[in-house]
Amino acid sequence: MTPGPGRRLIPAYLVTGGRSAPTGPALDRLAVLLRTDSALGPETGSEQRRLCELLEPGALTVVECAAHLELPVSATVFLATDLVAAGHLHARPPIPSAGEIDRSLVERLLVGLRSLH
Amino acid sequence: MDSVPSTDRGGIGYLPSAAETLMKLVVTGPFGVGKTTLIRTLSEIPTLHTEEAMTQSSTGLDDTAGLPEKTTTTVAVDFGRLTVQDDLVLYMFGTPGQERFFPLWEDIARGALGALVIVDTRRLEDSFAVMDMVEEQGLPYAVAVNRFPDAPAHADEVLRKHLDLDPRTPLVQCDARERRGSIDALIALAEHALTCLPAPQESS
Repeated sequence: MTPGPGRRLIPAYLVTGGRSAPTGPALDRLAVLLRTDSALGPETGSEQRRLCELLEPGALTVVECAAHLELPVSATVFLATDLVAAGHLHARPPIPSAGEIDRSLVERLLVGLRSLH
Repeated sequence: MDSVPSTDRGGIGYLPSAAETLMKLVVTGPFGVGKTTLIRTLSEIPTLHTEEAMTQSSTGLDDTAGLPEKTTTTVAVDFGRLTVQDDLVLYMFGTPGQERFFPLWEDIARGALGALVIVDTRRLEDSFAVMDMVEEQGLPYAVAVNRFPDAPAHADEVLRKHLDLDPRTPLVQCDARERRGSIDALIALAEHALTCLPAPQESS
């Protein structure tokens, strides 16, 4: 796969608005991001807008968004956190119910892997 | 392949639904050992990468005499995705095995099922530091010997001895370019991870 068209023009520290910690709990790199139907206002920054546009057709994890937008994961977390707070995105943890790996999850994984043979 | 993600514009592999459970594992080992190859073999999306900035202290840990010198390096992390069941998706992150990447490693490995440590029989000693790091992290791991065409073949027992492997740690030999063997390596890791989890509770 060929990388995207060149480097981004805005350095990562500007994406974050100069803050060193996001407002709210940090998102996991595998948190699933979904676009809500709330319309973007004029206050939405260009990088935030790019993230929303990327998510328009479907859901992606934070780390996939970072890769497609060519942003560091940490900067993507910033953008997503603000967009969630503004109601433009919805974020969901990677393991929806229990919150951690348990036996039933690994057993399901094994069944799935064996069926891929 | 059974599960093909929805094809969409621009070749971005969107998740088929937003309701899946997502698991991750780490594929690690020295440079050039075949981490990305294995991920590419298994991934249903073209492998992606992120540039991760890392701040590290370049002086010794106990150096209190001077100000610690901090340097920032950037390291690329490749990753891929494999839908193993309709509602269960596995992410594979290829992380460099060098000790200096430990903080990044920790961050990526948090919440991971385990680590697949890839080794090359021509330079087994290059993998020792990685294995130490994984053990320090307390992550279940399996060793996958990537059989390069020009590398000498060795019996499992010989390799286990040279790698000083715990008898419980799985070792599989595979070709990272081949799907079946690579899946076997994941199965070995998942089976081992299962034995590391607390025993099932008796229903009360």
